[in-house]
Amino acid sequence: MTSRLSVFGLLGLVIKRDLLLAMRRRADVLTTLIFFVMVVSLFPLGVGPEPDMLRKMAGGVLWVAALLSSMLSLPRMFSADHIDGTLEQMMLAPQSLTVMVLGKIVAHWMLSGLPLVLIAPVLGLQFDMSAEAIWVLMLALLLGTPVLSMIGAVGAALTLGLRGGGVLVSLLVLPLTIPVLIFGAGAVEAVSGGMDAASNLSLLGAFLLFALVFSPFVASQALRISME
Amino acid sequence: MQVSPKLEVIDLACERGDHRLFSGLGFTLSGGELMQVQGENGKGKTTLLRALCGFVQPVAGAVHWCGRNVEEWDEDFHAQTCYLGHLNAIKDELSALENLLLTAGLADVQLGEKAALDALRRMGLRRKEHLPVRVLSQGQRRRVALSRLLVVDAALWILDEPLTALDVGAVDLMQELIGEHLSNGGMTIFTTHQPLHVAGIQTRELMLS
Repeated sequence: MTSRLSVFGLLGLVIKRDLLLAMRRRADVLTTLIFFVMVVSLFPLGVGPEPDMLRKMAGGVLWVAALLSSMLSLPRMFSADHIDGTLEQMMLAPQSLTVMVLGKIVAHWMLSGLPLVLIAPVLGLQFDMSAEAIWVLMLALLLGTPVLSMIGAVGAALTLGLRGGGVLVSLLVLPLTIPVLIFGAGAVEAVSGGMDAASNLSLLGAFLLFALVFSPFVASQALRISME
Repeated sequence: MQVSPKLEVIDLACERGDHRLFSGLGFTLSGGELMQVQGENGKGKTTLLRALCGFVQPVAGAVHWCGRNVEEWDEDFHAQTCYLGHLNAIKDELSALENLLLTAGLADVQLGEKAALDALRRMGLRRKEHLPVRVLSQGQRRRVALSRLLVVDAALWILDEPLTALDVGAVDLMQELIGEHLSNGGMTIFTTHQPLHVAGIQTRELMLS
């Protein structure tokens, strides 16, 4: 018996499902976004309102805040489905679990990463960033935040069902996201310093492709191990 | 559905932690047969059913479906089974109808809204189809979960305590549904601590001890 639903059909179904669920529980999406805005806004208050210093640290601050807020929603990626048994049914479905996991990753990014990309320009103004630096920041976040969701999915799958899994997943995932942080913040810094950001952005793009190929498969294997 | 589906369990052994639950377990289940797994709490009933689904890796032995190891069947075996565990696998935020349509979609079953509504009504959920599942009672949620059996065309039903929280009417309905499934050439393996009798069918018993 061959599967009638195409890969994209299945992908769309899982994404639609997760977005629908999120729409019924909007608070979860808003907490990530508000956390991001708050952390970023604390820095000018803490270090003082000198435009030079703020401009210099803008890229780093925004990226660290994006990392932390993406960690907030990671434990929820699989745990809600695990608790009510729908994850079991997904694993029993006559379809590729890898594709379903990819769908969940995409939905997670649309709910936790994409809002950060969209609000970043507003926060960039707080740091007196130039228009060009803001564009590069958005582009870097657009390439980098999906990588965070993908690496995070592997961590979330490995810690599924563990007590205190929420903190553990951050401890596991944060070190792995350091390259994304370095090149993401590096891109903004390069532009602010009058250089070209292309090399940093290309590396982020490479991370994205690499993660896209491996993370859904690795996360689905980790889920199978966690289900035993 | 296969012409004559057959489930063979060969010399199966499962552990939980370091504790051996059962070993050397073997039986064959053919189309039209009903099997009840019995045993005290903690004897491995759920583990056996989960091993049939592939969630639990047995330490020895194998499960064959129509003469081939289920590991070789992989996703095609899943297309022919319907598992209902302790968890209802329904989303509280969604309505009964949305839940059933999503379940069918993920199970790769083409299901129209009308067919889904019919299935829910047959399960006694008339006028509850569009309510969020979170406002339904435990028994009604179980009915939503069981409605999956009506829409998924699976030869093998694996039911872990299907009667939990169900009232007398729903238990009768379940017996009727299993009877229909068996007469269509399907097979069912289940656990329960409540009596479940299907008219005209001799229930085979498997004792885990």
